[in-house]
Amino acid sequence: MSLVSRHLESNGIPTVVLGSARDIVEECGVARFVFTDFPLGNPCGKPWDVPMQSAIVGMALDLLGRAWMPRTTVQTPFHWDNDDWRDHYMRVDDGNREALARAGEERRRRQAEAKKAH
Amino acid sequence: MDRTVSCRTFVSYIDRSREYYAAQGYERPYAWPHYDEVPFSTLGKPLAKCRVGLVTTAQRNQPGLLMPIRELYAAPSSPAPTRMRTDDLSWDKQATHTDDVDSFLPLNRLSEMAAAGRIGSLSPRFYGVPTDYSQSNTIQRHAPQILTWCRQDSVDAVLLAGL
Repeated sequence: MSLVSRHLESNGIPTVVLGSARDIVEECGVARFVFTDFPLGNPCGKPWDVPMQSAIVGMALDLLGRAWMPRTTVQTPFHWDNDDWRDHYMRVDDGNREALARAGEERRRRQAEAKKAH
Repeated sequence: MDRTVSCRTFVSYIDRSREYYAAQGYERPYAWPHYDEVPFSTLGKPLAKCRVGLVTTAQRNQPGLLMPIRELYAAPSSPAPTRMRTDDLSWDKQATHTDDVDSFLPLNRLSEMAAAGRIGSLSPRFYGVPTDYSQSNTIQRHAPQILTWCRQDSVDAVLLAGL
């Protein structure tokens, strides 16, 4: 998404990225970024929360006009209901290490089979 | 002050995904794009006169297709879709859901902004870009096509929201 934003900016169209993966967007480097510190999936506000969605989209629109230099990040003031998701997402620990290793092997086996079929 | 912290509060998805895929035996980590220079354009007219476009990584619903594909597409903004296909994308399926399309593709919110005069109009189409392991695909094929569609639709500014 950041790469598309950069291409549009290079061709004269101002953009703003809305997202929750701050490090990925900022490493790439975009003109304007509205960051909401939520679990991945709802970068424009909580499901069914129309006032929050309007506020986040409004902040993105404001940033279009107000940013005066690239890499401008604005963080929205919203919080998720709890912080459990921060540790849970893509977690690797002793409870799932073996299952993940097996899943990886299975995936590589399927990919190799698909390659052979072609 | 709300609180004090001793480490970064936001999740590093670069670190997290590297460790997750390493645990699956993928030892060569994904090389995320990093640029020192960042292109920057400014609005040529007031926002209230601008046509705004929207780009998503979500895919259109393809009911009935056994092997749904990830495609590059442009689709009508009105009526806004009530379902989008997100199951095969990487997002936190434990913590949340994508049943409310406006939580990631805010076409209704932008229509309201247009009706209120905050923006000139919403582009008649929104644009879908498939997430792709290959950055050259995104740079050489997808991004130029999104630009072409934006120009065809006379879009003045673009919001991009990836899941």
